[in-house]
Amino acid sequence: MSRQLTQRLIFTLIILAAVSTVTPIVLIVGYIAWKGLPAISWEFLSGLPREGMRAGGIWPAIVGTIYLTLGTGLIAVPLGVAAAIYLAEYAKDNWLTRAIRIAIINLAGIPSVVYGLFGLGLFVLFLRFGTSILAGCLTLSIMTLPVIISTAEEALRAVPQSFRVVSISLGGTKWQTIWRIVLPQALPGILTGVILGLERAAGETAPILFTAAAFFLPRLPDSPFDATMALPYHLFVISTQVPSMPIQIQYGTALVLLVFVLSMMLIATIIRSRARARRQW
Amino acid sequence: MIQAHGGNLSNSSNAKIVVAHLSVQYDDGTESLRDISMEIPANEITVLFGPAGGGKSTLLRALNRLNDLVDGVRLIGKVYLDGENILDPNLDVVSLRRRVGMVFAQPIPLPMSIRQNVIYGLELAGVRHAGKLELALEKALRAAALWDEVHDRLNEPAAALSGGQQQRLCLARVLALEPEVVLLDEPTSGLDPISTAKVEASLEEIKRDYTVVIVPHSIQQAARIADRAAFFLQGQLIEYGIGKDLFVAPTDKRTEDYVTGRFG
Repeated sequence: MSRQLTQRLIFTLIILAAVSTVTPIVLIVGYIAWKGLPAISWEFLSGLPREGMRAGGIWPAIVGTIYLTLGTGLIAVPLGVAAAIYLAEYAKDNWLTRAIRIAIINLAGIPSVVYGLFGLGLFVLFLRFGTSILAGCLTLSIMTLPVIISTAEEALRAVPQSFRVVSISLGGTKWQTIWRIVLPQALPGILTGVILGLERAAGETAPILFTAAAFFLPRLPDSPFDATMALPYHLFVISTQVPSMPIQIQYGTALVLLVFVLSMMLIATIIRSRARARRQW
Repeated sequence: MIQAHGGNLSNSSNAKIVVAHLSVQYDDGTESLRDISMEIPANEITVLFGPAGGGKSTLLRALNRLNDLVDGVRLIGKVYLDGENILDPNLDVVSLRRRVGMVFAQPIPLPMSIRQNVIYGLELAGVRHAGKLELALEKALRAAALWDEVHDRLNEPAAALSGGQQQRLCLARVLALEPEVVLLDEPTSGLDPISTAKVEASLEEIKRDYTVVIVPHSIQQAARIADRAAFFLQGQLIEYGIGKDLFVAPTDKRTEDYVTGRFG
């Protein structure tokens, strides 16, 4: 076979590989949009479920997912960013640091259903939070922390060391240097990580299955100790647990969840590309 | 008065900095300075020169304790600033670094505006008064011979300046703190001849108010600006004296060989 022909063959194969990775995404989004769009209406988005969820809207599930996502952010972001600052700026290479790193890696590898069981044991039963938004947020936080910590640490490390040296040489303390130079420069990267972490939290079913989600609760939760409906769990319920469910409502719910998660991803992408354009280093 | 061996000044009452038997060692057993003693006078430009790896930068960084940022460095001996040992582990390094400023080889503007770069150190020190900051800003930029070029665009990002302007900005940033000593580590190594001349000219200006210690980027620059010159070779101080004497008539053979370009 001539070199030219080999060249062309390889090129074609690589193009095919690239296209085939994009195909499922296009198909999934396209298919769900096609099947789900007819279900979308103001009543569907803002109404309460009726007739055993076979009619009406998914408003409580939307609100529940927003609460769970924001609550998780409230807990996981300060903790995760603080941990990342410790690892990137303060930690020396000793047994404690190594232990923390191993813990983070292992946390990232735990299946989400195990987080759910852990949350059930610790938050719901032992700490008596009950099946509640609080227990769900805490469980989701533990699951999200590794993502936030590792992306935030990476973002902090990407800030040039020379900025730190200059700041210190101008009479800055370590904390002044971190607060005034390093954190602002790392912020877009940290935000990207935070949003990607929360996006996963918003879409997960298993961690909230035993800790926060209500099978059917046609009202809005009114305290962090209330259980709540949530989009991923609601989707699971109406797809498997409710007989003679109109298929439109299933796909409509899936579409809302997908749009919710994809728009978080989009925001993260916009933040990242804007920051990259403005960056001076 | 603390007496140091080796590099004594004729008039030692004028010494701003006294280095006494300073050695710098690393955990891996290497040594970048061996038993350095010298006195650095106020209001003069003291040049530390010699081939790469001679320990010039290490000495510079010892003078404001920037070596602290590197793990595994040990400083043995004493360095006195106005009679106070600045290697004392209990010393407040933050206030030391306000008294002893540093300009690095690469211009490193902080990722903020020109104005913010200059007043950054003052803000860290807790100066909040806007009028005071503006005054210091103009004074520092004038001293660094940059005011005329940037006074109408102080809010632009510092990264937009040319390399030479950036380096003068870094000098201004140090001068804004009104330190007592200004250290410069090859400040013109990345600059064109015109920018270099501007930096050198402002050094001549600022030495009236400050003690200047510089590692020059070439022997020609050393000869141009040195009031005093110290020749370093492989971690040792070979010769230290009045600039114009040392470059014209070095007493040590190794200094002569280096100055006349026989090696280096």
